[in-house]
Parts: sequence; structure tokens; C-alpha cells
Amino acid sequence: MKNAAQTAFSATSSVLRTIGMTFMHSFRKRETVLYPEEKPYLPPRYRGRIVLTRDPDGAERCVACNLCSVSCPVDCISVVKGEDETGRWYPESFRINFSRCIYCGFCEDACPTYAIQLTPDFEMGEFNRQNMVYEKSDLTISGVGKRPGYNFYRVAGMAVGGKDKGEAENEAKPVNIKTLLP
Amino acid sequence: MEFTFFLAGLIALVTTARVITCANPVHALLYLITSMLALAIDFYALGAAFAAVLEVVVYAGAIMVLFVFVVMMLNLNAETVAREKSWLRPKLWAGPSAAAGVLLLAMLWALISGGAEMGGITGAELSAREVGMNLFGPYVLVVELAAFLLLATLVVAAHIGRDEPNGVSDAAARGERVTSNVQVGESR
Amino acid sequence: MMEFTQADVLSVLGTGIKTLVILVGAVLMAALMIPIERRLLGLWQDRYGPNRVGPFGSLQVVADMIKIFFKEDWIPPFADKAVFVVAPAIIMLTSLLAFAVIPFTPTWTVANLNVGVLFLLAMSSLGVYSVIFAGWASDNKYALIGAMRTAAQMISYEVFMGLSLLGVVLLAGSFNLGDIVESQRGLWNVIPQFPAFVIFFIAGCAEIHRAPFDLPEAEQELTAGYHTEYSGMKFGMFFVGEYLGIVLISCLVTVLFFGGWLGPVLPGFVWFFLKAFFFMCFFILLRASTVRPRYDQLMAFGWKILLPIAIVNVAITGAIVVATS
Repeated sequence: MKNAAQTAFSATSSVLRTIGMTFMHSFRKRETVLYPEEKPYLPPRYRGRIVLTRDPDGAERCVACNLCSVSCPVDCISVVKGEDETGRWYPESFRINFSRCIYCGFCEDACPTYAIQLTPDFEMGEFNRQNMVYEKSDLTISGVGKRPGYNFYRVAGMAVGGKDKGEAENEAKPVNIKTLLP
Repeated sequence: MEFTFFLAGLIALVTTARVITCANPVHALLYLITSMLALAIDFYALGAAFAAVLEVVVYAGAIMVLFVFVVMMLNLNAETVAREKSWLRPKLWAGPSAAAGVLLLAMLWALISGGAEMGGITGAELSAREVGMNLFGPYVLVVELAAFLLLATLVVAAHIGRDEPNGVSDAAARGERVTSNVQVGESR
Repeated sequence: MMEFTQADVLSVLGTGIKTLVILVGAVLMAALMIPIERRLLGLWQDRYGPNRVGPFGSLQVVADMIKIFFKEDWIPPFADKAVFVVAPAIIMLTSLLAFAVIPFTPTWTVANLNVGVLFLLAMSSLGVYSVIFAGWASDNKYALIGAMRTAAQMISYEVFMGLSLLGVVLLAGSFNLGDIVESQRGLWNVIPQFPAFVIFFIAGCAEIHRAPFDLPEAEQELTAGYHTEYSGMKFGMFFVGEYLGIVLISCLVTVLFFGGWLGPVLPGFVWFFLKAFFFMCFFILLRASTVRPRYDQLMAFGWKILLPIAIVNVAITGAIVVATS
């Protein structure tokens, strides 16, 4: 009997206490960020809208290798390769369908030239779905993005127009594979 | 008030007929509930507001809910409806309804020849106090008997719904889990 | 034939206008409860709730109404059409009918019934059918389980609701709600009838299946319970019916335990509204803070705790009334 009374008392008081505590929340600060008026801070490595960056020299970084397109889990990137007179590859068209993109960042990881990068911007709503398909001109920015000073052709072991193998910055002569000598 | 009385009476008759002729049990129950509501209106028109409200609270509101509750569990389907329909052939109902018709005639004759005084349907109110005075005055024996009956049903319900703590039941003796039955809603 | 005098016509007209005002007022209040509830829940959960449509989100309800009116009114092919359509109408009908006997002020009552309290109980017991038939007609297991729970829950809690009211009726010596309010002129019923008030509030909460007693529509277990298959305005009727229930129970608590329109200085209607509104907000606070009991706990709590307390309360009140009269 005493036990039952105790249980009844503790149960009742716990319910009343809960109600009181909930009511006291009327006087707390609200946690909501009122978004359009008050923008949240997004860190630089936030995975948002995808851009194509340029060299410090102003040339396009993308070499149209299609690795981003291959790594994309939702197949939203389509690249068409082109070749200029010096033998360098460049994308003739570069198209990302942002209505399919899941912003996973695999393309950024796969890119050998740091051309494709994700930026801290997510406000890309459109009324027309077709407007979510971004062409190369929409994607390309004039800056270097998150990799200042990096130029693929200056560090890569590739012979292309105007530069032979091993002639680039920080690059050793290629190893002669026909000899055993060091 | 007279108009209300006869309209509600007509509704009660029609819906009751539908209760019998409806093949789908849930629809039949809906008609039965409507019929009870119509009866309640008749009670009200006759001045027995208390009885009218009790009719709604107890019969339409509580007992019929249990009916619906049970019928809901029956897993009714088109097959059941078809079977019900097959039971509604004239060959099956002609005999009983003829017998019931004879009874109706006998009752009408008794009513008419007995010269039953028809009081005016005025809606003059019989108060709850008078109902109580009648129940605990001239009819106290009936009330007490009804109380006995209800007590008996309560005991039975408690017996059926009790736990078997000491392995009295077969299930408990075989070591099976006996689930506690807390649904005593039927004992009302 | 009867002769209609001008006074007759005027009184019929007056009653008609009164009915219309109370009807529209009740439905509007129920509709307004939706944004109020969302805002208050937001307040108590440290967020804002809808605050974009109109000033302070007050037009949110209009937007929701427009949305729900234009939704497709779909009836599942496996449903029992007639019953499926009738079900949502019942809950609106019974809730609105119950408003007929509530005395808002001494003069503002639609029907001054001598069995007002019983009429309320009758209407609330008829409300069960809405949920049961909705659950059955949907032909859906979640809906059926929800309907079963409702049937047992509402029938049980109706008993305690009625028993808790008996103490109030004994004190007033009448089933008439206006008389009950007048009998509280000296002292509000909540003080001598405190256990009855608590039981009535809990039972009322269970009767309109509001959180914490919202087992019939427990989202986590039954998707939406009995109205799983409903959409469009039929769902809207269930929704408004639930809020009508809140308004109704709040009005009842005000009338039965908190002296209805009685109060100093301010006019009666204002007092009534303030008291009723307080309880509406309290319903929302309950939803924000309490947890849903398990089904067997709900039943055990009702029959093993509320019922004995209610009976003892009636017995003691009766004894005191007999002793003092």
C-alpha cells in the first residue's frame, strides 16, 4: 500500500515536473536560424555548387580525362574531349545536371588537375528543371579556387606542345628504362 | 412535436427493416444505430428527455459500439455478403414473417379494443428527478434485481479476464506465457 | 393550425442567428487552433513554427485550407464507399451538436436542455462511430488497429467522464449546464470537486484522443491510425474534428469546473473565452511535454485508478450533499 502510494506520488510529480519544465522553455532562446535573413557560416570545404577552375595563368585546368564522369555515382557529368594544335586535351563541352547531382565530391577527389571543385554555395533553386543543367560557360570561373598556384602541365610528366618530358617545374629527367645503370 | 414524432417513427421503421434486409453486417449495424437514434427522438417527443439521452448514451453509444467492434473482427468480404444474400430468399423468411404478422395483428387488436388512451404528443418534459423518484420508489425491486444481474456479469467478466498467477490454468501448467488481459471494457 | 406571431418569428430568427454565430465561431476557433498549436509547440521546443505566411504566421491556416481544398479527394478502391464517406461527417456533426448546449453567456445558448450534461455525453459517445467506421471502411490493417484501440479507449474513458461529472451535477442539483454555472457563483467547482476535475480532464483528453492519449493515431506505430487512407477534405474534417474536440472539452471544463462566464469586471463572454483559451493552450502544453502510454497501461490506468477515484468522489460528494441539505 505504501509502495503504491509512493509510486502514485512519484509518477504524478514527474508528469507535473515535465509539464513545468516544458513550459519554462517559453523563456529560452530559440535555436532556429532564420535562414534567408540570417545566412549560416559555411566552411570553405563545404560541398556545394560545382565549378571549373583555371590555372594561375588563366588557362583552363580541365584536361577532359573523364575521370569525374566515371567516378560520378549518379552519372550527372558529361564531358566531350577536344584537342588543340599543341596536343593538349580540353573539354569541348562540359555539362553537369545539378538536378541529379548528390554533391558527394567524388569528382573533386578523382580530378588529377584540381579543375573540378565544390564550393560553399547551395542556393541554386530553379522553377524550370532544365535550368539546373549547367554548361561549361556556367561552370567555369576565372579564379584558381582552393588550389592557388597549381598548374598541372608544369608538374606533370607529360610531353605536350612546348614542353618535353621532365622539363617542368620540380621534375627530374625521365628514367631510361632501357638500361640497368642508375 | 407530433410531426417530429411520426417522422422519427417512420425513420425507425424503415431503418429497422433495412437492418433485417441488409446483406452487409456493418451496413445493417449502421441502420440499427440510426434506428436507435430515431427511437431516442421519439422518446424525446413523448417528453422523456432523460430516457432519450440514455438511449443514445447506453444503447447507441456503448452497446452498439461493442457490436460494431465484434463485427469488425469477422473479416467480412464479398463472399460473406453473397452468403447473406442467399439467406434472404422469400422461401426462408416467408414463414417467420407471416407468424410475426399474426402477432402484430393480435397486438394491434389488443391496443385498439383495449381502448388505450393516446396522450397528446406535446413534448412536455419528464424531469430527471421524477425518473429517479420512480426508479427508487415504485420500481425499486426491479432496479435492485437489475443490479444483481449486473453484479453477476461483473463477477463473470472478472473471472474470465483474470490472470492465473499460480499455474492454475492449463496454459500456465505447461509453462506457456499467460498474457495479462486488461480489457475489461466488456464488463460494463 | 398554429398562428405565428411576430414575436415567434423574431425568436426563431434570433435562435437561428445565435446558432449560426456559435457554429461559425466554433469552427473558426478550431481552425485557428491549428496555427496556434504549431506556434506554441514551436515556442516550447525552442523554435519558431510557421512564421512566414502573414504577420507572425497567422495566415498559415488560410494557406493550409486552400491547399487541403484543392487536394484530390481519393477513395481507395478497396474501401467500403458509403461508410468511408459517412465516417468523417459523423465526428464533425457530433462535435458541433455538442456545442448546442454549452452556455457561453446567460443568454447565449442554442438549446437550454434540462439534460444538457447527458446530451454532451451522448454526443461524445456517438463520436466513437466516426473513428470506428473510418477504420473499418478503410480496409487497412493500421486503420483497423487504430479503430480497435479507439473503441476500447473511448468506451472506457466515457465511463470515468460521466462518473466525474456526477459530483458536479450533485452539487448543482441539475443536469442543466446553465444551472451548473449559476451554482458556482460562490465557489468554483474546481475546489470542492478537484479529483473530478482531474479525472474529467484526463478522460476528456482520451475522449478526443489527443496526446498523450493519441494511441488511435500513434504515428510511430500506425502511420496515421484510423485516417491513414483519408486525403483531401475528408482528412481535413477529421483534423478539424479533433480541434473541435479540444475547443469543446476546454469549454466544458470552463463551464463545469471554472464558473463559465462568471468573473469580475469584464463581460461574461470575455471571461468564458479567456478561461477556455487557457485550457486549449494547456492541451497543447500537454502534447508538448507528455509521453504516450502503452495501450495496456492506458486501460489499467483508467480502470484501476480513475474508476475507483471517480466512484469514491461521487460517494463522498453525495454523502456531503445529503448531510448538508
